[in-house]
Parts: sequence; structure tokens; C-alpha cells
Amino acid sequence: MSSPESGSYDATEAAPHGKPRATEWPLWEVFIRGQHGLSHRHVGSLHAADAESAIKNARDVYTRRNEGVSIWVVEAAAIAASSPEEKGPLYEPSNDKVYRHPTFFDIPDDVGAM
Amino acid sequence: MYAQMIKSTGKGVKSLDEMDPEERAFQERINAGGKIEPKDWMPDGYRKTLIRQIGQHAHSEIVGQLPEGNWITRAPTLERKAILLAKVQDEAGHGLYLYCAAETLGVSRDQLTRDLLSGKMKYSSIFNYPTLTWADMGAVGWLVDGAAIMNQVPLQRTSYGPYARAMVRICKEESFHQRQGFDIMMKMANGTEAQRRMAQDALNRFWYPSLMMFGPSDKESVHSAQSMAWKIKMNTNDELRQKFVDQTAPQAAYLGLTIPDEHLEWNEERGSYDFSEPDWDEFFDVLQGNGPCSVDRMEARNKAWDDGRWVREGLLAHAEKKRARKMAAE
Ligand SMILES: [Fe+2]
Ligand SMILES: [Fe+2]
Ligand SMILES: [Fe+2]
Repeated sequence: MSSPESGSYDATEAAPHGKPRATEWPLWEVFIRGQHGLSHRHVGSLHAADAESAIKNARDVYTRRNEGVSIWVVEAAAIAASSPEEKGPLYEPSNDKVYRHPTFFDIPDDVGAM
Repeated sequence: MYAQMIKSTGKGVKSLDEMDPEERAFQERINAGGKIEPKDWMPDGYRKTLIRQIGQHAHSEIVGQLPEGNWITRAPTLERKAILLAKVQDEAGHGLYLYCAAETLGVSRDQLTRDLLSGKMKYSSIFNYPTLTWADMGAVGWLVDGAAIMNQVPLQRTSYGPYARAMVRICKEESFHQRQGFDIMMKMANGTEAQRRMAQDALNRFWYPSLMMFGPSDKESVHSAQSMAWKIKMNTNDELRQKFVDQTAPQAAYLGLTIPDEHLEWNEERGSYDFSEPDWDEFFDVLQGNGPCSVDRMEARNKAWDDGRWVREGLLAHAEKKRARKMAAE
């Protein structure tokens, strides 16, 4: 009656994110650097035929309110990403290395600021 | 809302004990306020329901440009025209943020577009009503964007990361939309007698369709219960509708306009307004595609898609030619 039927998307489920399809412009990930000196930050993605138009589109879609002074675009298909299953091996080793944090060390107050 | 009557699996909410370990870990993460990201494991129903919901929301933003686009060339001043243009451009942006969020779930943009154009996927019922006078631009910003904000603000906390992030961007921009609408209403309501009548007429026509935006009562719905357990729906439709009425009734009074509901009355005991339900038969009829502008809207979207084809193909061919030339030069 109202919403699309379940199962409608079975055919497209397997399509990997970011892989260009025959009829579609490729997908680009957009990174923007704001005015205050922080690094470029991922803000979203968009479709465009090439890098040049991706930057123009990113200007229209992601910087309508002075959000940035620099834009990077990267074709989504060119990004390599870690997978959630690797979470353990990748990040657990740093859990037991508490000495990497300055608070691990007790420095007497007499020593002054450090 | 912008996504109305979204069906989830419809099987009823499972308890943690009934879930296999994967699903239990998923649900516990949601319960603890964690986010689900595109590559994480998720139940099939979660993914499909989200594609429907985010897709329908995206389609609403896109189709929602039409009733307001209708007035861009006829705005009363250059400033109003620039403001309306910026507002409509924001809505295009909202549609794009949301399509991108849906795409992270594995559906393609073209598929979503095809499903809108074929009528398989829906958009909000509200955009099937006509915008007859300039006062309608006021009513749409004030009431329609106002109702959308009610729903979108809590969705910033939704469990699916890309959807939540899209909502944060959208909510930042919506408040301008509602304010510019209310500003138009103030101008009209305090203008000449003819302008005041126009403002009242716009409120009369948009009041009940705005209440319909929240969808019929879903207190008993298994779909809603599932969506709420997954935190892709944060409030019941009735809760949001009540909140909207409570917020809007005093604003109408401020404008000196009358909400077209003789039963609208402050209820001291509940600390809320009592009000009349909209005509739900009309709602279902509009959703079926029988709204006053349903045919126009779909024709306009289909025409835009067909007319834009040579641009899409031309730019792609140009990009390929440039790439080939660059390769040859290297
Ligand atoms: Fe919007
Ligand atoms: Fe909107
Ligand atoms: Fe809006």
C-alpha cells in the first residue's frame, strides 16, 4: 500500500559500495578542510563523471555555508579500508600499553609543570 | 513524516535470548548507544528497512523541491527569491546526503532513482498538495519543515552511523527553512486584508496534510516496535504529532491566524493540546498516488530524468575521452 515491498533490493544487495556501475557516474568521497586549521575531514560522498566535476559538485553540496576552504575528492573505489573483523588484531595491542599516556607516570608536585 | 509507513520485518521484536550470538551482539551494541557502520554485520531486515526508510526520505527531499520551485520565478521580491532558491537548493543537498547514506547499505543510486520513477518507492504524502499562492511558501516552511524537524532532530541519534551523520547536517540547515517560512507568514498575516486572508487560507489547506506527515497512529504496529528496537525510529507517530501541535498552536495564535480545528483546545490535565485527527482515508488515497498533484510530481521527476540523460552520458563520455588522452600522453 505505502512503502516499497520487502525483498525489493535483493538484486542489488551484493553490489560493493563505491564500485562504478555502467549507467552511473563514479562515487567520490569528499574531504573538506575548514578555516580553523584542522585537517581535511570526511564529510560525505557524491557522484561525478570526473575529479574536476566532483570538486565542483562538492562545493555545491558540502560548502553552502562556508564550511571549508579546501576540498579533496577521492574515488571511493580507490579507498582501502580496514574491516571490522580485524578490530582485535589491529587495535588490541595498544590496550595494554598504558605507559603511552602521560598520566601513567607519577611526577612529584615539587618538580613543577611537566 | 518524510518516511511514512515503513515496514520492517513484521515478525515482532525478538528478545535477546531468542537471538543468535551475532544478532545479540548487534542489538546489545545498539542498546548501549553504539553506532552501526556500513561494514559491520547487521540483520538483513535492518538493512532492508533502512534502505526503504532512507530512500523514501531522500525521495521526499527531492520531490519536495517541486512545490516550492513552483514559486521561485514569482517570488514577490528579489530577496525573497534568493532566499527561496537557497532553501530549495538545501533540499537538493538533503536528498543527496541521504542517497549517499542509503548507498552505503548496498543499493545503487540508479536503483533508488528507478524505483522512485516507477512508483515502486514512495515519497512523503505532503508533496502531493499544490502550492497555490505565495502564502503557501510561508505555510510550507513553517508547517512542513517544522514537522520534518520534529522527526529529524531525534534521528540524529539513530543507530546507523551514515544516517545519523546525514541527519546532523540536515538539522543544521532546517532551522533556516522554518524561520524563513514563519517570516513570510508574519509578513502576510500583518499585511493587507487580502494578504491576511491568503495566510489564513494557506494555513487552512496545509494544517491537516502537515499532521498526516507523521503517519497514522503506530502504537500497535509491529513494524514500528521493531524499528524502535533498532533505533531507526525514535518516537511514535502520535508522540511527534502531539509535540508538533503543542509547538505550533501558540505560533498560530501569535500570527493571529486560526487553526482550522474546532476541537483544538488546551488540556490542562495532559499539559497538551487536544486536537482532531486528519482524514486518514485521504492520507491513504494520496499515498496510493491519488493526491491532487501526484501525477504532476511523477511526470516532472520522470521528465527531469529523461531530459538529463544526454548530460549524464555526455559528461561521462567526456571524462573517458580525457582519461584516454592522458593515458596516451604518459
Ligand atoms: Fe530537507
Ligand atoms: Fe525538508
Ligand atoms: Fe527543509
